[in-house]
Amino acid sequence: MVNFIIRRLFAMVITLFFISIISFILIELPPGSALDAEIARLQALGGNLNLSQREALEERYGVNDPIHAKYWKWISNAVQGDFGNSFQYNMPVTQLIWGRLGFSIMLAGSSILFAWLVSIPLGVYSATHRYTIPDYVITVLQFIGVAIPEFLLALVLMVTFESVGGLFSRDMETAPWSFAKFVDLLEHLWLPVIVVSAGSTAWLTRVMRANLLDVLNQQYVQTARAKGLKESKVIWKHAVRNALHPLIMTIGGVLPALIGGDVVASIVLNLPTAGPVFINALRNQDMYLAITFLMFFSLLLVIGNLIADLLLAWVDPRIRLE
Amino acid sequence: MAVQAGSADDTRAVAKKDKQDAGQMSQRQLMFRRFKQSKLAVFGLIVLFLMYLMAAFSSFLAPYDYDAIDSSSSYKAPTKVVWAGGPAVCGEVQTLDEVNLEWKYANDCTKTYPIQFFNRSYPYKLFGLIPTNIHLFGVPQQPADANAVPTEGQARPAKLYLLGGDKEGRDVFSRMLQGSRVSLTVGLVGVIFATVLGSILGTASGYFGGAIDNVMQRVIELIGSIPTIPLWAALAAALPGNISVVRRYFFITLILSLIAWTGLARQVRGKVLSYRTADYTSAARAAGGSHMRVILTHMVPNAMSHIIVVAALAVPATILAETTLSFLGFGMQAPAVSWGTLLQDAQSIAVVTRYPWLLLPGVAVVLALVCYQFLGDGLRDAADPYG
Repeated sequence: MVNFIIRRLFAMVITLFFISIISFILIELPPGSALDAEIARLQALGGNLNLSQREALEERYGVNDPIHAKYWKWISNAVQGDFGNSFQYNMPVTQLIWGRLGFSIMLAGSSILFAWLVSIPLGVYSATHRYTIPDYVITVLQFIGVAIPEFLLALVLMVTFESVGGLFSRDMETAPWSFAKFVDLLEHLWLPVIVVSAGSTAWLTRVMRANLLDVLNQQYVQTARAKGLKESKVIWKHAVRNALHPLIMTIGGVLPALIGGDVVASIVLNLPTAGPVFINALRNQDMYLAITFLMFFSLLLVIGNLIADLLLAWVDPRIRLE
Repeated sequence: MAVQAGSADDTRAVAKKDKQDAGQMSQRQLMFRRFKQSKLAVFGLIVLFLMYLMAAFSSFLAPYDYDAIDSSSSYKAPTKVVWAGGPAVCGEVQTLDEVNLEWKYANDCTKTYPIQFFNRSYPYKLFGLIPTNIHLFGVPQQPADANAVPTEGQARPAKLYLLGGDKEGRDVFSRMLQGSRVSLTVGLVGVIFATVLGSILGTASGYFGGAIDNVMQRVIELIGSIPTIPLWAALAAALPGNISVVRRYFFITLILSLIAWTGLARQVRGKVLSYRTADYTSAARAAGGSHMRVILTHMVPNAMSHIIVVAALAVPATILAETTLSFLGFGMQAPAVSWGTLLQDAQSIAVVTRYPWLLLPGVAVVLALVCYQFLGDGLRDAADPYG
């Protein structure tokens, strides 16, 4: 197991290295250098830049360096926790992201929990009551759940429940953390969780239903029935356990949807998560900020996949030996 | 068994006939028969066909120019259609609400104006080729007050805004029709790009194995470890802002397919891997067939039905991605319209509560996506008609 974890961690570092290269290319892609934007901003503030200031900035962003040197400058700073400056907010990127990312992680985590808690029972019910009316209802809901854009669902739910979005009531927004604030958070959390996890829940329900139907045809299920076990025991102990295995594997596929869903839904729902800042940074070509978010989203995803792999290896010993 | 409309006897006869013929049917016929059995898939196919037809004839069906601004129709509620010896619209009286500074509309149904079919209105080019000005339906404005600012209290024929007007007073129905051209094709074209790319790379990866396969798998994993929507948004944000609509459309489809190919390549690779060791492949190689020949005559046709299924199931995700990108402001940009850009108008909850018809493009998105899923599922069942 230790060996397996070390191997996976090593692969993770390599992946992150390549992601950093892609991210860096994205910083360099937009026409005009990041520095031009910074200079324009400083000039707009009224100050005329003298030559030494300009040179200091050029040195800071390595405008005249060859591309690999630029990358090295950026990545070595990034590893030390300095992701450059946000031009838009004029402060270090690091100061901007932590709180936002925290809420994003919380939302993604709650959403995946919710998706599992809903999709497993629904999928089991749907598979054991195949071709009944509730099964058809669940199937139709699945199709719609996958098809509806997050932002549209958010708008519809907000109109229906007369919600204004957000994660806190107005008077709680700036209050220090307390039990009351936590309760307030829970009261607001359900709507974003439903919005973000709708697509994934629908998808996982479909996977669960298909898996369980496969498993129910296996002979050991027949054996379990033949030896006189209660049907509930046959389903939950013998069949569902084996059907869960592919469901864990799909975490890797669901996570990008959850993170993307958070980005989109947070705009409509006014969430204090990473989404709105990320989108705003992209709109204003505040590339260092945007790319740092992209890096951290990827990091979340890679860690999520690692956790899924570990879970899978824990559930299924065959994986460890591969 | 096939269940078709008609009396019970008919159904039984058809079912019997199908059973007898099954042994003599070609695979293609079997696939078609299986596809027809899935009613949802047929329903999806028909609805999608109608939607694409409407997109092709969007200017003919649209009673108004999608980009014609009319400040007096700002946020106009959907027009009520009445019956007066034929469908007609009421007269309309406009008054200014001086408290909220809003235009208020009152219907004056004492005088009605019939809806004319095949009437002549703004000019356009059918399929971008044939210049004409005939539209399926419309309510002609009297020439005298066509451009005149309506005076208060004076009745005039209401504009026929079936699905209401947007902030600039443009007809939402006409805009949705125009938007469907981008929204319905971006996904399709993007998936076609992705399918070509995914098929070539997936086949190469599965057939040759070794280093090529290894590199390809790592690249796919790498792309998979960046969240899709943020990556799409970052790529689209890097597009220069001043490019033409056509080039933007092209780039957006390219960006969408840049990520969508990975899933397809993976599926094709899996299929090719299983065929590679099949006896007929060895036989073809032993008979002196080149790699190219084996790939083109054995691998690709074998994997074709599978490729089509996976591609069909990838289309809805791509349409959704375009809608989301456009909604966020990174996709198509004004003056181009897609369902996503239309939904941008519905971004704030205050607007949606008061003018709910602005959400209707979203209904179109959901309908198209659901139908594509029905179709994809039906194709998947049909691809394996022996199961």
